Amino acid sequence: MPLTTPFHPRIQALNEAGLWKHWAGYLIPPQYQYSLTAEYYAIRNSVSLLDTSPLFKYRISGPDAERFLRRVLARDIAGCPPGRAQYTCWCDEEGFVLQDGVVLQVREGVYWLTAAEPTLRYFRVVARQIGAEVEIEDVSKSYGILALQGPRAHEVIRQLTDAATCLRYFGATDAEIEGHPVIITRTGYTGDLGYELWIESGDACSVWDALMEAGSGHNITPIGTTALKMARVEAGLLLMGTDFHSARFAWVDAQRETPSELGWSWMFKGISQDDRPFIGRSAIELEMQERASRWTTVGLAVDWHDYERVYTEAGVVPPRHEIYSESTMSVYRRSGVDWDYAGYVSSFTSSSLLRTPLAIAKLPLDLAGPGSEVDLEVNVIRRPQNVLAQVKQMPFFNPARKSADMGEEKSA
Amino acid sequence: MSSDERYDAIVVGAGHNGLVHACYLAKAGLNTLLLERRDLVGGAAITEEVVPGFKFTTFSYAMSLVRPEIVHDLDLVRHGMMVLPMVKTFQPGLNGEYLLLGSDADANYHEIARHSSADAEAARDLDHIIARLVRALKPWVDRIPPNSLSKDPADIAEMAELRGWFRELDEDVRGMLETFRTKSAAEILDEYFENELVKSLYVSSGIIGSRCSVRDRESGLVWLFHKLGEYDGEPAHWGFHKGGNGGFTQVLARAFEAFGGKVRLNAGVSELLYEDARAHGVKLEDGTLLESDLVVSALDPRQTFLGLVDPGDLPDDLAGRIEDFKFQGTAAKVNFALKDVPSFPGLEGREDIFTGFTNLGPSIDYYMDAWADCEAGRISARPFLDCCIQSTLDPDMAPPGKHVMSCFVMYAPYHLAEGDWDSERDRLGDTVQETIEEFFPGFGELILHREIVTPLDIENLIGLSEGNIFAGELFEDQLFLNRPAPGWNQYRTPIEGYYQCGSGTHPGGCVTGAPGWLAARQVLKDRG
Repeated sequence: MPLTTPFHPRIQALNEAGLWKHWAGYLIPPQYQYSLTAEYYAIRNSVSLLDTSPLFKYRISGPDAERFLRRVLARDIAGCPPGRAQYTCWCDEEGFVLQDGVVLQVREGVYWLTAAEPTLRYFRVVARQIGAEVEIEDVSKSYGILALQGPRAHEVIRQLTDAATCLRYFGATDAEIEGHPVIITRTGYTGDLGYELWIESGDACSVWDALMEAGSGHNITPIGTTALKMARVEAGLLLMGTDFHSARFAWVDAQRETPSELGWSWMFKGISQDDRPFIGRSAIELEMQERASRWTTVGLAVDWHDYERVYTEAGVVPPRHEIYSESTMSVYRRSGVDWDYAGYVSSFTSSSLLRTPLAIAKLPLDLAGPGSEVDLEVNVIRRPQNVLAQVKQMPFFNPARKSADMGEEKSA
Repeated sequence: MSSDERYDAIVVGAGHNGLVHACYLAKAGLNTLLLERRDLVGGAAITEEVVPGFKFTTFSYAMSLVRPEIVHDLDLVRHGMMVLPMVKTFQPGLNGEYLLLGSDADANYHEIARHSSADAEAARDLDHIIARLVRALKPWVDRIPPNSLSKDPADIAEMAELRGWFRELDEDVRGMLETFRTKSAAEILDEYFENELVKSLYVSSGIIGSRCSVRDRESGLVWLFHKLGEYDGEPAHWGFHKGGNGGFTQVLARAFEAFGGKVRLNAGVSELLYEDARAHGVKLEDGTLLESDLVVSALDPRQTFLGLVDPGDLPDDLAGRIEDFKFQGTAAKVNFALKDVPSFPGLEGREDIFTGFTNLGPSIDYYMDAWADCEAGRISARPFLDCCIQSTLDPDMAPPGKHVMSCFVMYAPYHLAEGDWDSERDRLGDTVQETIEEFFPGFGELILHREIVTPLDIENLIGLSEGNIFAGELFEDQLFLNRPAPGWNQYRTPIEGYYQCGSGTHPGGCVTGAPGWLAARQVLKDRG
């Protein structure tokens, strides 16, 4: 039997389409309504509410917490002082990515971390190895997490607490909503203005109700995971299990990827100036020095005319409505040689807002520069056809409101 | 001539087609001036904050037919284009029954099957054949139409291409095209459906903005015309532009400025300046002279040919055609600011039912009764209303918890048999309100503000002759080869350097942008 999240009584009542999927063993709606597009546009036009409670959650504290995280996480934890959150990853000694996640330090010395897969034992082993005095607790079931995402997110949350207003992008704070203690971060997986809230499980439904009530005049819309995933491709955010897999359970290196291969070399900007002893450091440094990455992860924007053309020539309508796919699609060099394999697409969506099919792709470094042109294989009435696609800097969609100051907006 | 300023191109009228056209010219590097008589751009596609916090789509109120090529060519997404999907379609009856359709084909089947399972199946067939037909027509919507009168070999070849295309259509698609050309909407629906409510949902597209009944043959093509659009590539689906249709023209205005174009407001044009059948500028109502060898009118055919130029300078057959061009507006708008969404008995508290079109007109007889009043020169006692409450999807339209309701009204004839539109204005508002009240008891108590837009207002405010929302009827003798006149359907005029790019040219009205786009293609081709 699948587990249910602390918000289940609410999400079950709202699940009009009656669809459920399993996420890390929990029941979650992929969509609530028949119209996925309506849920997607809640993220871009009004405000959406999403239950992400199935994530694994850890609380890390103790005198050596910082030293431990400096060792276990690949990105410098110094970038996550009290009141901040940080997108990070952790690697094995070969420099292959084990997981990504968001770490927060709300009060000094107490860290919170989300992860897609369990990592309690692994963290404890590392802590023991370096003799760190640190307490690592699995608090997965003690908290529910809600993501409140969209241009009206601040309008909604400010009715319940002042604490969110001063949060900068990736800020984190304690707060109270209707008397219930919560942690609020200015983070999200949509690339839009938004907040994520850690809520004690017993308070989950009251906080859900408070948010829905505050959002009622702002077209707040509960959304499922599919609309979220469409938005996250536009935001250029990778999904573990889709765009990459944990090195931990891979069989061969071909299934493992380094941070640079995932397009995350920006996480190591300061590496030449620091001496952080993090796991995987020497391999990652060597890879960067020798430019030894086998590929990197880039955005692909499909040429709209070409996409239209191949379907129109076959006499059918191009699939553009509610298209989101995690199936592998092959990418070829435009070298004059037929089917000259270059790499593949791991996520594909036809963006309703940007009106272009978009993809996240793995390409060799010589093809990975912005503007580089490749062929993407699509199926047209069950036959493979190539369409032109161009490497684009991600995120594809990056509105100013995502990181805008919300305090000034009100006084303006 | 001593002129005040000189431009590469002057576009007259900043409706959406004037804007689209001006964007293409500016993008091509022409120093382009766009002139607008009013103090805001957008023409019929505007959003106005009539009451603080409430945004009214004064005239045009929904989107589907904007050509995707234009969106890409002009990079409109970067300038803020966002079309929200209409989620549901609501067709209430007067006896408690209703149809509520959404985006799931199976759920829609079962909803229609509550009334008739044969109709539920027929709806799938009808929707599919229309989608195929729309797809087949697309290449001809999206190109400069052939000239049926020209003796030029290239034009003759194009007419042959058109006949060849028609011959090669799939037989059932060609048959359906013939059906739409020759039959009324009601007749076509009689072949597909048995249930009145189902027919009613489809039939209203056949009369939108047109002086015809659902049993007149013109209603077939008017219906088909409204299906020529798409949403995310899905044929015949509709949406709302973020911030109303005025949001869309604001996007176009930003794109135009980004291409280096200049807009001048409060700048009505009184006449085209030309000599020896060659345009050289315009004269503004305030007497200002502006010079340009290229002037493009986005106004309707009556103003383009009979207003800005001396009809005596036109060939007789053209002047005659334009004088006979049918405008005969029959539509009005009544817009409301509401405390809450209306309440339908049995579906109380359901905002979602209003997230698309709400079609008030529950039987073929209802539409025919409405038409009888129109023929007699009266406002329909019980008009057909196409209602939209965009604020159920777009929170920018109204204060939290409040709503704006746009009601498109048929019929409200421009030429009234008795009285005039000043005296009939409130009767129009009251009639619409009473009609809504019959479907949604208690509606009157929700009203915070009411805005009435008569056909005469449409003419006076935005210059559409006789208030015709399409800049001329969408009847076969005024479409495609004949819009606005045979031989003059390729955006040129008898005056060199003077072009037309409004909805009175191919493919026609609605927010398509196509006339502006295709006219720009012609202009730029002619410049070489």
